Amino acid sequence: MDLKTVDLIVDRHQEKRTALISILHDVQDRYKYLPIEALKVVASRLRMDINEVYGVATFYKSFTLVPQGKHSITLCLGTACHVRGGPKILRELKSLLRIEPGQTTPDKQFSLNVVNCLGVCAIGPVMMVDQKFYGEMTSIKAKKIIEKINNKPSGVKS
Amino acid sequence: MRKVKSLKDLEKWREDILLKEKRHEMIVSVCGGTGCQAYDCQQVKEAFQKELTKTKNLKEKVALKVTGCPGFCERGPLVTILPQDIFYQKVKPEDVSEIISKTIQKGKKVERLLFEDSGAKQKLTSANEIPFYRSQMRVLLSRNDLIDPTHIEDYLSVGGYQSLAKALFKMEPTAIIEEIKTSGLRGRGGAGYPTGKKWEDCKKAPGTPKYVICNCDEGDPGAFMDRALMEGNPHSVLEGMLIGAYAIGASQGYIYVRHEYPLAHKNAEIAVQQARKVGLLGKNILDSGFDFDVEISKGGGAFVCGESTALIASIEGRVGEPRSKQVHTVKQGLWGKPTNLNNVETWANVPLIIEKGSEWFSSIGTEKSKGTKIFSLVGKVKNTGLVEVPMGMTLKKIIFDIGGGQQNGKKIKAVQTGGPSGGCIPASLFHLPVDFDSLTEAGSMMGSGGMIVMDEGTCMVDVAKYFVHFLQEESCGKCLPCREGLKRMGGILDDITEGKGDGESLALLQDLAEVVGDTSLCGLGKTAPNPVLSALRYFRSEFEAHIHKKRCPAGVCTPLIQYSISDECTGCGACAKICPTQAIEGKKKQVHHILTELCSKCGSCKDVCKAEAVMIQ
Repeated sequence: MDLKTVDLIVDRHQEKRTALISILHDVQDRYKYLPIEALKVVASRLRMDINEVYGVATFYKSFTLVPQGKHSITLCLGTACHVRGGPKILRELKSLLRIEPGQTTPDKQFSLNVVNCLGVCAIGPVMMVDQKFYGEMTSIKAKKIIEKINNKPSGVKS
Repeated sequence: MRKVKSLKDLEKWREDILLKEKRHEMIVSVCGGTGCQAYDCQQVKEAFQKELTKTKNLKEKVALKVTGCPGFCERGPLVTILPQDIFYQKVKPEDVSEIISKTIQKGKKVERLLFEDSGAKQKLTSANEIPFYRSQMRVLLSRNDLIDPTHIEDYLSVGGYQSLAKALFKMEPTAIIEEIKTSGLRGRGGAGYPTGKKWEDCKKAPGTPKYVICNCDEGDPGAFMDRALMEGNPHSVLEGMLIGAYAIGASQGYIYVRHEYPLAHKNAEIAVQQARKVGLLGKNILDSGFDFDVEISKGGGAFVCGESTALIASIEGRVGEPRSKQVHTVKQGLWGKPTNLNNVETWANVPLIIEKGSEWFSSIGTEKSKGTKIFSLVGKVKNTGLVEVPMGMTLKKIIFDIGGGQQNGKKIKAVQTGGPSGGCIPASLFHLPVDFDSLTEAGSMMGSGGMIVMDEGTCMVDVAKYFVHFLQEESCGKCLPCREGLKRMGGILDDITEGKGDGESLALLQDLAEVVGDTSLCGLGKTAPNPVLSALRYFRSEFEAHIHKKRCPAGVCTPLIQYSISDECTGCGACAKICPTQAIEGKKKQVHHILTELCSKCGSCKDVCKAEAVMIQ
């Protein structure tokens, strides 16, 4: 694994301990997850104990220590999405992808995540696929979106 | 971008911008908020760009702006044509050439894109005529559809940074604090602490440097007021922070934006960079001798970080655990220094108060809650979106006049306010005014402004369970009552919704809820039982139906419901086709039926049935 980028990221944040969360965000943007090797580099460069860095990386939900699939599916389960049928869509996604939230399909195509609110409540239930928002979701729409990606290996087109 | 070194420079720049804008005969503003992005507003904008370049002279005459959120998200993408004030909704890229040829070139309206008032069966031209907007008082959101948030020039053209100039050159710091105190502004994050008092305490606290923080960690599920403000008008927040920092004597500010708001983060970043570039942030701002800069901090997806001490820990790069507030953050906050933290909406109110005066502000609202408040009106209501109204408007007016009432023929039975710290208010109390104090008496709170409407199809036991699981997941784990108590409460509620509740479940739940509230350290834990206690207070019969009759009246809790098909069935076969477990049988054009033993209760059949023949019992 090329860890030079991690060094560059730490440099950019001037080795500031207080920038730990920002550093972890940048590392995750680069690798799509937080590799343990990268966390070790961050800890040593910031002169911190690896336990402390690990503690922060596992406390905040936006960080993941497992590699993510090619496509990320994020389902919002905020209150507005919940009362408008979010859980039903989650059941559909779980049965379609055969994984639980937080997991990635064995073929590394999809990662399924749930989030407590994306703040797009007026058009809930909301689902985000590869950074694109989809509003007024139904289980049927969710199925169509997944099928569309499966048929189009290059990604989702709206 | 030019550098403004003095007040004179700023005013000269504003004049130049206004002069330049005069060349435009029309403005086409396309909403670029996250809601409209879900409906592909980007493509609408691109279509306008393409079409405007095609026609001779149009590009010079018409200004195209991608603006922040005007609030009526479910009708997006939204396009407003100014100065005619024509409000087009649900605009698609293929509508753009018609808008240009008809509206822009000939001044005629494209009828099909106008909002139709279903009651009066009438097409409405201006946004202000639409029932959703008619009863609102849009002060904070009024500029969202006028300015491109990524252009500081746009903010200046609507009078931006005038309040900062007034504060720096015409007011003493103590006079500013006095003005905010007199205005009666209270913290919009939910607690409602008097803003002026907080500023004064921070100013008086010994120690330097002092910090100001903008809390944009809007974690309440179902609320997105701060996102819309930060995305749509970030300079107004920045101007508020500048004025506050000057009054308090702070030299450094932080904007803490939650990770789930990428556009708000981006627009805040652009605003800070532009302000720094032109000299509105940095050393000796406008030659006043005042130094101030702002850094943006990104959250990590933890609800508890909306709490001030946890947020501060997160900015410091640590785990977001709250601490005891025996010594308040105004005395010892960020890095142990005096720190004043306010939320986005509070900061955005500041320039308006300085510009229009405390008297104007305090003339709006109720005796103890002044000004306007933005609410996120969502859930099972006809018109959803952001609503800005004077404090004290009744729930009924907001939900029925602005929200248009029920959505799918199901009666509205409650509204959830205050997020996970609030509760559910039954329809019988919709006469209550919405302000900082009235809803607290009813067992909920106004909170930061989330308003999730619930109808007969919403199960209140399921909602209580939802909030307990939400909080259990978001509990930082520092103290036992919250960490373990919520887990046990979740367990009891799981049992009830699965038909395993017994005669003791409710008493145990109530006891546990009270202990969690009484013994937790921070606000999250202290208020965590509210959704359960309010549901028990107003919807006890629903809990009892689950326990004693093993029935979910709303038809939500899957272990307690059964699907069946009524005689309304036309025999189209759509349900049998979609059923993942092949549990539906029936001949073509004949009434189908569900094999209960195979049914997984996924509800897909109900979703596809056009005859509405699928029933839940």
